[in-house]
Amino acid sequence: MSEAAVKPRMPDETGVPDPFPYMHPVMKKNYGQWDYHFRPRPGVLCHVAKSGDKIWTVRAGTQRQMDVFTIRKLCDMADKYADGYIRFTTRSNIEFLLDKEENVDPLIEELQKEGFPVGGTGNSVSMISHTQGWLHCDIPGTDASGVVKSLMDLMYEEFVNEEMPNRVRITTSCCQINCGGQGDIAVNVQYTKPPRINHELVANVCERPAVVARCPVAAIRPALVNGKPSLEVDEKKCVCCGACYAPCPPMQINGKEETRIAVWVGGKHSNARSKPKFHKLVMAGLPNNPPRWPEVGEVVMKILRAYKENAKDWERIGEWIERIGWPRFFELIDVPFVKHHIDTWTYARLTHNHSTHIQY
Amino acid sequence: MANNDFKPHPTPKLDELEKGPWPSFVTGLKRLRDSGEKYAPIANDLLGQLEHSYEERLGFWKGGTITVVGYGGGVIPRFSEVADKFPASSEFHTLRIIPPAGYHYTTEVLRKMCDIWEEHGSGLIAFHGQSGDIMFQGVSSENTQIAFDKLNELGFDLGGAGPALRTSMNCVGAARCEMSCYDEIAVHRAVINEYLDEMHRPALPYKFKFKFSGCPNDCVNAIHRADMAVIGTWRDDMKVDQEKVKEYVEELGRDYIIEHVVGMCPTKALKLREDDTLEVDNKACVRCMHCLNVMNKALSPGDDKGAVILIGGKRTLKIGDLMGTVIKPFIKLETEEDIEEFVEFCGEVIDFFAENALEHERTGEMIDRIGLPAFLEGIGVDPDPNMVLHPRQVSYVRTDDFQDELERMRAKKVGKEAAE
Repeated sequence: MSEAAVKPRMPDETGVPDPFPYMHPVMKKNYGQWDYHFRPRPGVLCHVAKSGDKIWTVRAGTQRQMDVFTIRKLCDMADKYADGYIRFTTRSNIEFLLDKEENVDPLIEELQKEGFPVGGTGNSVSMISHTQGWLHCDIPGTDASGVVKSLMDLMYEEFVNEEMPNRVRITTSCCQINCGGQGDIAVNVQYTKPPRINHELVANVCERPAVVARCPVAAIRPALVNGKPSLEVDEKKCVCCGACYAPCPPMQINGKEETRIAVWVGGKHSNARSKPKFHKLVMAGLPNNPPRWPEVGEVVMKILRAYKENAKDWERIGEWIERIGWPRFFELIDVPFVKHHIDTWTYARLTHNHSTHIQY
Repeated sequence: MANNDFKPHPTPKLDELEKGPWPSFVTGLKRLRDSGEKYAPIANDLLGQLEHSYEERLGFWKGGTITVVGYGGGVIPRFSEVADKFPASSEFHTLRIIPPAGYHYTTEVLRKMCDIWEEHGSGLIAFHGQSGDIMFQGVSSENTQIAFDKLNELGFDLGGAGPALRTSMNCVGAARCEMSCYDEIAVHRAVINEYLDEMHRPALPYKFKFKFSGCPNDCVNAIHRADMAVIGTWRDDMKVDQEKVKEYVEELGRDYIIEHVVGMCPTKALKLREDDTLEVDNKACVRCMHCLNVMNKALSPGDDKGAVILIGGKRTLKIGDLMGTVIKPFIKLETEEDIEEFVEFCGEVIDFFAENALEHERTGEMIDRIGLPAFLEGIGVDPDPNMVLHPRQVSYVRTDDFQDELERMRAKKVGKEAAE
């Protein structure tokens, strides 16, 4: 074999692909020239360009982790009704792009027949943005796809209708790094115990100074354990965040009972009305209870119902709670306020009420 | 050749996730398992391991080091810790592949992706991961290179992982949204494609993420999630079509408009006149988007469009969640020169991060540690009151050059005005 023949193929370093070859012709033609849009029904958007051209978008929920057969089924429908043009939203909804209005209803009918919910537009509960979990992550406390499937089953009607005061964006995260991000409601793993250290493995597996540096509360220090270089944790300082587990897997943070779920509310990305917000703690200590996580679903549905019944049009969950006050919110969802609801992290003082502004 | 030569693992817990109306990923995995294709045993063992996780409430994947020729990152290696029980999926790596900007696809390209992933991978693809990549999940170490080569030949490149520039994302923007304030696709591609070396050969202290939203609705959640958020906005007056305002009043009623549009304006910049037209105090308006969202036929962004740049957003690890801080209250992104200038600025920020951040420290954490003024000096940006909620309220700071700084900023302002 000649040298040239065994020379490996070097990558074409092409970076972010140009999307125009994949973009619907009506969108290409009217790029940057859109006038307004309206929603003829939940799950459908109609955008009108300054030229008068129109494009209909039919949005449907997916399971995000898709087998090739599901993708091909969606492609078949796109070929039949949307000239083969689709896109995905940041929350893993699929969007079919149609320049013929008469194709909208038949596409919806076929999507529904094949089990894809049409919705996620306007003031609905859209698909949960989520992480990888037990299916693929190396440090997960729970599964993402399973929690999301269980919750979306419960919230199905709120996805296919637009009956919420404003849009609801829910996220889940399988560890406390919170890769799922901020949400109107966030369902996140919350560890409850310091890591259990396998001292036999630490020296070989972990770069000890890096692990020491990773701890946000300086609770980890090098130590000799049974004559072996290892690490020890000051359990009084430890906040059980799991930050050490990723660089040092022998510091196991997860456990069947120790890994718990917390629910947070009031996060918001948009700048509309109020500034972007972080979500705040409502509930912790819920069991990590596969395959359906019913205790989590109960809390989430309780919050959603209270929001739906009490918020004004256009208020996001966090804005609604700020208007009615946190005491009233905790009353409405029937959760007692406990010491762990009070922040103790850096800048915690900024979260205190330094006034007589109190709603009675 | 049908590949059914294995016994399906029992999955009583996962089977529960086939019930209910939402599409089930478990049903999808079973389709792969029952396909008779060569990846069927992989799907079977993947289901087996996942069921094991559901029983034990623990994950069983560990990382490792897998790359493709020429690159240092972009593959997420996964080796099973229970490979003895589930050997077919013992190596289940993910290829992070950069999607077309704005997530536009034709069915033709999607089908080709499916064919490649059936031939060399597991048949499982996620559109998209939280990182913004297409995640081609489940490839063996042996097949990683060939699968990547095929996707690369199709016109797709590997995304970011580890301490590197990461795959970015932009909202649908100008392609299908009337609120778009700059060409998100052009700016996204210009920035990321200029610094691809930082993505493919990880050498930064930690990850660096860009995200591009066309307006302050921030549909890609850039302020929370990006080290640098580029958010479209405008400087001149918003546009008001008073005839259409009247139509909204007619349709929704004066009370509704007053309570839900005028009353929800964060800076009291709106007034509904007696003749049902809208008065806008554009000096008070903060471009929050609420009134435009509610009355999108009547109200739209002005003509003098551009973007706000915020730096330092990230998730919880290590000092808690941070949002980006305003670093440039307004930049133009209209001409090629505008975009080039911005791309250069991005390079300066990345360079400063590379040189000054500690290992595993994100940009926002670095700014917290060194102080915003030092960061601004480092990247050559003048201080601006839009960067803060209010001036300093603690007196413990050394200010012996305060008057010199006043003079310096005055002279700069005079010089700038003279240049204009």
